[in-house]
Amino acid sequence: MSETSVTNILMAGVGGQGTLLASEILSEVLMLAGHDVKKAEVHGMAQRGGSVVSHVRFGSRVFSPTIPEGEADILFGFELLETCRYLALVKPTGTVVVNNLRIAPPSVALGQNSYPDDIPAKLRQHVADVRLIDGLQLAEQAGNPRTVNTVLLGALANTLSPSHEQWLTAMRKLVPPRFLDVNLRAFELGRAVDKR
Amino acid sequence: MSRTVLSGNEAFARAAYEAGVRVASAYPGTPSTEILENIVQYERIDASWAPNEKVSVEVGIGASMGGARTMVTMKHVGVNVAADPLFTFSYTGVRGGFVLVVADDPEMHSSQNEQDSRNYARFAKVPMFEPADSQEALDLTRLAFEVSERFDTPVMVRSTTRLSHSKTVVSLGEPLADLPPTNLERDPAKFVMLPGNARVRHPVIEKTLEEMAEWASDQPFNRIESGSGELGIITAGVAYQYAREVFPEAHILKLGLVHPLPKRLIREFAARCKTVYVVEELDPVIEEQVRAMGIEVVGKEKVPLCGELSPGRLRRAFGLESIEPAPATEALPPRPPNMCPGCPHRGVFYALNRLKAFVTGDIGCYTLGFMPPLSAMDTCICMGASIGNATGLAKVVPEQEQHKVVGVIGDSTFLHTGINGLIDMVYNASKATVIILDNSTTGMTGRQDHPGTGYTLQGGQAYQVDLEALCRSVGVRHVVTVDPYQIDETRTIIEQAMQAPEVAVVITRRPCVLIKHDVLEKRPPLFIDAGKCTGCKACLKLGCPAIEWQADANATGKGIARVDRLLCTGCGICEQVCKFAAFGVCDE
Repeated sequence: MSETSVTNILMAGVGGQGTLLASEILSEVLMLAGHDVKKAEVHGMAQRGGSVVSHVRFGSRVFSPTIPEGEADILFGFELLETCRYLALVKPTGTVVVNNLRIAPPSVALGQNSYPDDIPAKLRQHVADVRLIDGLQLAEQAGNPRTVNTVLLGALANTLSPSHEQWLTAMRKLVPPRFLDVNLRAFELGRAVDKR
Repeated sequence: MSRTVLSGNEAFARAAYEAGVRVASAYPGTPSTEILENIVQYERIDASWAPNEKVSVEVGIGASMGGARTMVTMKHVGVNVAADPLFTFSYTGVRGGFVLVVADDPEMHSSQNEQDSRNYARFAKVPMFEPADSQEALDLTRLAFEVSERFDTPVMVRSTTRLSHSKTVVSLGEPLADLPPTNLERDPAKFVMLPGNARVRHPVIEKTLEEMAEWASDQPFNRIESGSGELGIITAGVAYQYAREVFPEAHILKLGLVHPLPKRLIREFAARCKTVYVVEELDPVIEEQVRAMGIEVVGKEKVPLCGELSPGRLRRAFGLESIEPAPATEALPPRPPNMCPGCPHRGVFYALNRLKAFVTGDIGCYTLGFMPPLSAMDTCICMGASIGNATGLAKVVPEQEQHKVVGVIGDSTFLHTGINGLIDMVYNASKATVIILDNSTTGMTGRQDHPGTGYTLQGGQAYQVDLEALCRSVGVRHVVTVDPYQIDETRTIIEQAMQAPEVAVVITRRPCVLIKHDVLEKRPPLFIDAGKCTGCKACLKLGCPAIEWQADANATGKGIARVDRLLCTGCGICEQVCKFAAFGVCDE
């Protein structure tokens, strides 16, 4: 019941990147591994290409569906700028698993602002364990650029306790059958990239 | 019993199934929309989209009068539309159990206000449950049907964004096997609310609520969780989760029923605590009633009145240590939501911007026409308001400004509550202009069908309302339809409508690029010829996410625009605004 038994994963990305399917698989696998799980996110207005964030919490018993500020153990980022935006919410002793991808926000696309330089270095100033993943390259290698979210899940899986078989069970349940094979390949490529 | 992870909305749908609901009706509205979308999987439930929330409640009342258990769902502001039938339905009571699930949106993640629906429960004299997670969303909603029939009253269940859109672990129950028979059964003293009958019913429901308050003091959904200190907290809904997280030692009175309050239980709880806090999101609904009982509590003088709660906000409210978010090292460029690449609304707002129209807006994806660089929306109040607002403005502004007033409204919103405003416009001889942005779906809430799309909730064929004929039938003579991908023609037609000396309606028709039905033609993406682009930035004024400015990109070191071919849908409106023929179509 104590608060310290809860692990917090904050996911950040851009609407349309497939963060929802990833957070669904993540919640499922954590439940399969026997944890109490809560996941919170916002639909609607926030999805139209805007900044999106999901909170996933697991442990023996989870109360709040949202992560208390500054208590995220893992920041799981699908895009560099959005990961940087939520950096303050992660513990300095935590881990950042981040997709090495830049998507220009409107003011940058309009030439009114520039995309911040060298975000990986900024991430490393705050958190020591930063894992940069070339998601798009690996997804293309898997056979479909739209599997970036699964590549990233594979990399995230290396930081979590559920077994490989539990991950595969969750994916078989939630990924549409015609996309399952390519997603399983993408997951394996994500897992292989960053075993430490 | 099988365990699964369900969102609050999935759990509400499951509750309808387990409770033996026969009829479900709703109009989409974030964060409530997915309840009906999930009910579709249970084939024994007759589920349908209504054109608005008032109709959905009236359909639900009819089904209840016929003896069926019925669920109606909506977002908080939908209750404003549905309030009229609801306030009298509490007088008549039910035949089949009736549950209205209303989803509030503290923090206004996707809403124009953050009204607290618990006030409606008190105002309409309808009991209200408030679950705190998906398991309770299932259990309390299922129970709400029994309570509805036992106490002969409609019952509301309050959700919030954090309940509806959070997933938690749930153990499923068994569905009722036998549904009660339905038939026509006359009971005029109960269901005909003429003054003479209503005068008889009013004291009945007041007495019922008193009885329920007494009954509720002994029910397990209102429970005391004993702690170890002298502090007690009265709380309900998702706020309970935050209270447990922040005050692990406190005694907690966790309310599952937030109207009527279990007064006896509250007195017992307060008597065993030295200090009592009330932790509730939005209005001091519980706090004021507990104070009126003569019990001293700490509430909104500390807990924020505006916005949603969080563990951090609650800690800071009570001066507890909270990890302060480290300050950002620099201001990061924001990433607000935007119209999609290929959105058919983009060209319309581009034209309105150029025409310097004063645009009364409405509720939908197109409200994003407010954002720069399109910057072509001047008002936004509620569903359907664009048309009435335009009428009122045109009545009072100087004659030379009247023609600038243009109301814009989506197809789904027009059929929701826009048509009434158009009838008024014609009846009272307004000269304002209305644009119906017909993208053949209810876009913002996730692309639901409506009476103008030709499809039902289940995707079956339905009669498709003819918007042109509808406008003409209420007396609009100037009705013109245009393809918003043709931006010069769109601008000319809007300009002509604005100059017309009578009510004019322009229908801009082109399906949403994310539409679920297979109606879109696939178009190859565009590219920009770096040799032809002069860097004039005209295309950037469209605000298309697929066009990005590249500083220092061409041979002379000058900036040019670039198209992201993965995002581009090939709509071609950028090509039409380019004076230098710099755009080309990719070979696919």
